[in-house]
Amino acid sequence: MNISIDDNYCKGCEICINACPKDVFAISQKRNKYGTLIPCVAEKENCIACKLCEIMCPDGCINVETEV
Amino acid sequence: MNSLLEKYIKKESLPYIFCPGCGNGIVLNAMIYAIEALGIKDDTACVSGIGCSSWIPPYLNMDVMHTIHGRAIAFAEGLKLSQPDKNIIVFTGDGDCLAIGGNHLLHAAKRNINITVIMINNYIYGMTGGQKSPTTPIDAKTKTSPYGAIDNPIDGCGVAMSAGATFCSRWTTGHPNQLKKAIQEGIAHNGFSFIEVLSQCPVQAGKSIFKERDPWKIIQYIRKNSTITSVWEDEYKEDKIRLGNFKKETDKREYCEKIITLKKRMKQE
Ligand SMILES: Cc1ncc(C[n+]2csc(CCOP(=O)(O)OP(=O)(O)O)c2C)c(N)n1
Ligand code: SF4
Ligand code: SF4
Ligand SMILES: [Mg+2]
Repeated sequence: MNISIDDNYCKGCEICINACPKDVFAISQKRNKYGTLIPCVAEKENCIACKLCEIMCPDGCINVETEV
Repeated sequence: MNSLLEKYIKKESLPYIFCPGCGNGIVLNAMIYAIEALGIKDDTACVSGIGCSSWIPPYLNMDVMHTIHGRAIAFAEGLKLSQPDKNIIVFTGDGDCLAIGGNHLLHAAKRNINITVIMINNYIYGMTGGQKSPTTPIDAKTKTSPYGAIDNPIDGCGVAMSAGATFCSRWTTGHPNQLKKAIQEGIAHNGFSFIEVLSQCPVQAGKSIFKERDPWKIIQYIRKNSTITSVWEDEYKEDKIRLGNFKKETDKREYCEKIITLKKRMKQE
């Protein structure tokens, strides 16, 4: 399992943090090139691969890759 | 970037112009998922008018037309008549679709032309700075209703169905999977499909309507003030806004087919 947030396009809206039913994402101190505070993947182990974050991210930044 | 979106989005035009947390990106995602599920990327064209929501198609690596304010449906009808084999999806705002473009909505619905209209209702004119739209709630203080809106908002689904739309659904950006399914069904339906999405504009509607700038809190507020139903009753008195798949009528003839029949008849006469 790999979860990534693309800092190039993330606008720090925090929808992913709220939408995830398993609290996988959290606020971080990391800023992207625009100075936007972007979330981090804090609890990767909790992910159930529902992929709600992928469809809810308005800027298409999130990738949830499940092993096959 | 999300791997599915990589196939659909022109990377060189990113980031989207949308403000952080704007619902337009979620509607775009739902539409991409629907197109992918149907496998019709190369047989589909997207048309829009003017407004923030009308900026959804230009990022797509597909056939798109970004047209003029209020006329997206009119352009889409022309495109459909010239290329009846293409699936046509219209992206339009509450202002674009129900104010300046209201007449086109009525007549496209009445014709039952096979296009799918996705109306992003953020209750306001977002792009121009927060003016009152046909869906702005009573009492909302916007740039053009500084003392509070006094007239009744229009229900886009009610209008579209009464004018003759043969497919109609309404969801919110907090129901992305239901929205994706509705878009899929709307495209597959042979007739005029109207899909309304209640969406968050955290900037303009956030300031004038919700008094809340957090996109997630606005999504939750809209969800809490809605109820899911599959029966549309014209006499509806509750405060909660109805969501669901309201209508799918398959016995009405479609407009392009009617034109083909008419042409044949004219040749014979
Ligand atoms: C003929 C014409 N009249 C007015 C405008 C100014 N204008 C641009 S967008 C817009 C309203 C947009 O509201 P909506 O359709 O709800 O889209 P949103 O930005 O909220 O997504 C208006 C009035 C215009 N561009 N063209
Ligand atoms: S939802 Fe997307 S844009 Fe918003 S904070 Fe999360 S990754 Fe960034
Ligand atoms: S003004 Fe509103 S509708 Fe327009 S991009 Fe910003 S949040 Fe979205
Ligand atoms: Mg609007």
